Amino acid sequence: MSSYLEGIIMLSGINLIAVLGLSLLTGFAGLFSFGHAGFMAIGAYSAAICTTIFKLPFFVGIAAAAAAAAGASWLIGRATLRLKGDYFCIATLGFGEAIRLILDNFQGLGGARGWPGIPPHTTLVNILILDVIGVVLLANLVRSRHGRNMIAVREEELAAQVAGINTFKYKMLALVVSAAYAGVAGALLGHYMTFIQPKMFSMVKSTELTIIVIFGGLGSISGSVLGAVVLTFLPELLRAVDKWRLVVYGLAVIGIMIGRPRGLMGGFELTPKSVRAHFARLREAKAARADQAAEEKGGL
Amino acid sequence: MSDILQVRGLTKRFGGLAAVNEVDFNVREGGISGLIGPNGAGKTTIFNLITGVYKVTSGSVSFEGKDITDTEPYRIADIGITRTFQNIRLFKNLTVFDNVLTACHASASYNLADSLLRLPRFRREEKTLKEKALELLSILGLADRKDAIANGLPYGLQRRLEITRALALDPRLLLLDEPAAGMNPDETEQLMRLIGDIRNRFKLSVLVIEHHMDLVMGLCEHIVVLNFGQKLADGTPDAIRGDKRVVEAYLGGGE
Ligand SMILES: Nc1ncnc2c1ncn2[C@@H]1O[C@H](COP(=O)(O)OP(=O)(O)OP(=O)(O)O)[C@@H](O)[C@H]1O
Ligand SMILES: [Mg+2]
Repeated sequence: MSSYLEGIIMLSGINLIAVLGLSLLTGFAGLFSFGHAGFMAIGAYSAAICTTIFKLPFFVGIAAAAAAAAGASWLIGRATLRLKGDYFCIATLGFGEAIRLILDNFQGLGGARGWPGIPPHTTLVNILILDVIGVVLLANLVRSRHGRNMIAVREEELAAQVAGINTFKYKMLALVVSAAYAGVAGALLGHYMTFIQPKMFSMVKSTELTIIVIFGGLGSISGSVLGAVVLTFLPELLRAVDKWRLVVYGLAVIGIMIGRPRGLMGGFELTPKSVRAHFARLREAKAARADQAAEEKGGL
Repeated sequence: MSDILQVRGLTKRFGGLAAVNEVDFNVREGGISGLIGPNGAGKTTIFNLITGVYKVTSGSVSFEGKDITDTEPYRIADIGITRTFQNIRLFKNLTVFDNVLTACHASASYNLADSLLRLPRFRREEKTLKEKALELLSILGLADRKDAIANGLPYGLQRRLEITRALALDPRLLLLDEPAAGMNPDETEQLMRLIGDIRNRFKLSVLVIEHHMDLVMGLCEHIVVLNFGQKLADGTPDAIRGDKRVVEAYLGGGE
């Protein structure tokens, strides 16, 4: 495999983890965040501190990244998730930018110039393993009572409450799990690039993650996977058209959203069961056509 | 018969408007009680006060002898009270089955780790939850619609689904806010029988807000009449029918 192709695959695998987390928060619990790059930054810097300064193994760095991002999200959730409406969304926006500004000015970790010399621990194999774990855990979560309670919050918050669901608790759970995923993605990114810089985690990155989740289809894990892969590859393929790249990227996203307003997978989940059901329908349709053809022949 | 719910001096002000003003009434244990009154009388507001959706201005609510005034809405179900809404609030994009299954959550106790790792406790309890949801759906006559999306159901069945979802929480008191709204006489008749059946089968108490006089008079053993936020009268259907103030305020016009 060319190292260029491998690089893009690795980047989409890393993106996927952050997207999976955001998919839980936005697609299942119905909360929008424009600060998820902030959680990635916390993950990236925490992991780098563990492996570079304390010379700890990579998996410890990854665990620390998840824990640090989850802890930060818990604080934000505590302050904003009880408030009605869009305060949470605005708070995440402020949080993301605040993290970036703090890191910009914190010279101990390289400041705005960035932090080079992070060991290249991230490999295709550990990305793929974490991708699989990420998908399995998320799929298990959304199909449990915990996941159903989050979905209920998205669907009809007041009804969820009188059905005995502590909506604050389940929003918090979605947020914390989601931030932990972003933290892991940040840790992988830092140890892939071997260099981290605050501006890698700007609002543009947060927005990109949200776009991928919506593009893939809210409430669909397979949609998020597909979205992360397609939208990481697309800009790379478009390098050929250079300065028109972002324009073409934007138009492609808009085009697909017009064609499929609920996203690529919009509410549909790709599972062995749903695929079998789909093929069963196709077979039925084919059988029906064959019957019809036979009838027409018989009639002649 | 003892009282399962006691409302004392209940008052709710929105700015200058007293939507509910010093209201007292009881709901009999095991009975079907009605809450009636003209538009804007404060009926829904009383439900919102009982279930903690609104904070009371003054007064108290007690359930089975315990004070539950201003309890958070999500704890009310745990305490034993569930409700439906005047403007149906289903989990719209979920299937009929998932609407009920979601509400069965309180019957399970597996934790987050059990969920994430699909541990044996998760499998065992999930199986029980699914059986419970299916059983409720068949009792309420929705089993053949279980895979339909809630939003696409005909209006009458949406109301029925909302009641099913409330029952999934094993309430001892069920609050129904205008369950017959938008139904034709046939459906209303069916609903009346259904409410009676539910009360007997699940051994619970019901408080129902209703505009259809036939339904209220035929179904309820006890009726509370509200007008402009105040209690006008309180008694058996016959007593209410004969009450002069009620007839003037509410029944008078040919309702
Ligand atoms: N959240 C609120 N803010 C302000 N006023 C409110 C609010 N909720 C209810 N009200 C007012 O309180 C009064 C009682 O309303 P409520 O909904 O309880 O009436 P109701 O008896 O249920 O009437 P209906 O038969 O029309 O459902 C009305 O005047 C209404 O406008
Ligand atoms: Mg009302």
